[in-house]
Amino acid sequence: MKICVLVKEVPDAAVQKRIDPSTMRLDRGGEKNLNPFDTHALEAAMQIKEGGAIPVEEVVAVTMGPGSAVRALHKAVALGADRSVHLSDDALSGSDVCATGYSLAKVLESESPDLVLLGQQSDDGECYTIGAVVADHLQMPSLTQVIKIDVNDGKLRCERQAEYGYDTVEVELPAVISVGDAINEPRYPSLKAIMGAKKKPLDTKATGDVGIDDGMVGEAGSKTTVLALNPPPAKEAGEIIEDEDTNETVEKIVAWLDERKLI
Amino acid sequence: MAGILVYALHDDEGNFNKNSLGAISEAAKLAGEIGGDAAALVVGGIADDACAGLGKYGAAKVYRAKTVPEGLAQPIVDAMAKVITDEGISYALFGGGLLGFEIGAGLTARLNAGVTMEVTEVKVQDGKLVSERPILQDSQIADVGYVGEIGIIISRLNAFDIKETGGSAEVVDVEVELSPWSTKATMVQRGEQRGADVNIEDADILVGGGRGLGAAEGFKLAEELAESMGGAVAATRAVVDAGWYPYAAQIGQTGKTVAPKLYLAAGVSGAIQHKVGMQNSENILAINKDPNAPIFEFSDLGVVGDLHKIVPKLTEAIRAKKAG
Repeated sequence: MKICVLVKEVPDAAVQKRIDPSTMRLDRGGEKNLNPFDTHALEAAMQIKEGGAIPVEEVVAVTMGPGSAVRALHKAVALGADRSVHLSDDALSGSDVCATGYSLAKVLESESPDLVLLGQQSDDGECYTIGAVVADHLQMPSLTQVIKIDVNDGKLRCERQAEYGYDTVEVELPAVISVGDAINEPRYPSLKAIMGAKKKPLDTKATGDVGIDDGMVGEAGSKTTVLALNPPPAKEAGEIIEDEDTNETVEKIVAWLDERKLI
Repeated sequence: MAGILVYALHDDEGNFNKNSLGAISEAAKLAGEIGGDAAALVVGGIADDACAGLGKYGAAKVYRAKTVPEGLAQPIVDAMAKVITDEGISYALFGGGLLGFEIGAGLTARLNAGVTMEVTEVKVQDGKLVSERPILQDSQIADVGYVGEIGIIISRLNAFDIKETGGSAEVVDVEVELSPWSTKATMVQRGEQRGADVNIEDADILVGGGRGLGAAEGFKLAEELAESMGGAVAATRAVVDAGWYPYAAQIGQTGKTVAPKLYLAAGVSGAIQHKVGMQNSENILAINKDPNAPIFEFSDLGVVGDLHKIVPKLTEAIRAKKAG
């Protein structure tokens, strides 16, 4: 079977993120990284491939984004993907969740995967939703926030935490599964894999190559619009103690608790 | 007809989720302002009077899809899409939680509609709904409007208060044809409890343990501290998924919501998913070695330091004080 893994380049967690006030969009300049949740999706793909319960011919990393997003694809192939696909087109700029999900579904459709894996959330704010949007467009079953995948008789047996405890769900292929960070411990790429990453095939596709209707994407095709940005309601800042002398720190904590009649 | 449709989630015993009830109350308030009614959608064989009882929280109508199973999103997407289309409903509102995210996202694709997640407040501007969504680690609030006929709003947990206004809802049965792909995922087991059963919701004092405890054994420190204060121990999702502590003690997005007199966070980073479950605690004290941990942004007292050094001494000091 063929596994496609959706990956995304996000601002590095250590960098202060900001919104560009002129466009009301996230300023995507500065240091970038492969979304940490996506590394768990790649690892899950590699474990299915190496597990042998079902033959996997190919793991393909897929992303959507500007030219710089190829770096996320290089990291993805260094982590084990066989090749990568980059959907890149000026028409896509400013796409919201609805438009992004549609675009990703279109580029995935051109690959006809048996399984689509992705991280359940991205560091830059799109949480939990993209997998389910993509799945409905592809008319595939889907499950999000999965923390365990077993392959049995050509089906997936998935576990996740839902509202009332742990759910176990059997999912037929083809399917779209988003994973949480508890699913595995991603491997580190070898130096050889990093060096070889740029040699693996990378296809760049424009919207027209995968049948995307430009009217449904970008800012004009989006179904939400940011009307204003405001600071959050002010909250009185709490007191901060740096622990230098632990006995003194403990005394301060006990006094604080005592003052509030908590002990 | 304008109007707002809320998905009313229930457990296997038929008890409605309190976040869904809060969403119904919010929908009733908003529907009054934009013109139209609040309605709820219920799946499975919930009894007439239980459905009608949602009127107490503000639902004028309850659509019941008896043959649609509870617990997996895609069949419920089919049911909600049908009701929204047939009845000309303008907005879908979800009270947070995992299924709300999945169903809302599925509807976005199905109806080509705008969606906002993690919404903390909804307001009315020019007769339309506008969602307030905190972004960038809650450092800014974006006001997001919807373009087109339908808007989908997925709130953060506990965003809306339950208001009992009285009344009884009209119950309407709907026949839903499931999409072929909606039947390709099947629930094997729902709501399995893993680990010991502990009660954290009634405790006045909670010690919350996170990854900073280092290992399952680290919870011993949290337990001793909690015991010294007569409290209980809670946990983050990360450590529950790692098997360090029982699921019943988990706070946050998919766990419990607590508001004790004291929440003492030991090695908890304070991710949004955890914050939504404990931010209403009366006093929040955090011990964490990372000065940039988000928890310090909403703590009343933050201690930057190694909890493995501080917590044992703190436990000892509290015991001594109580004994003295």
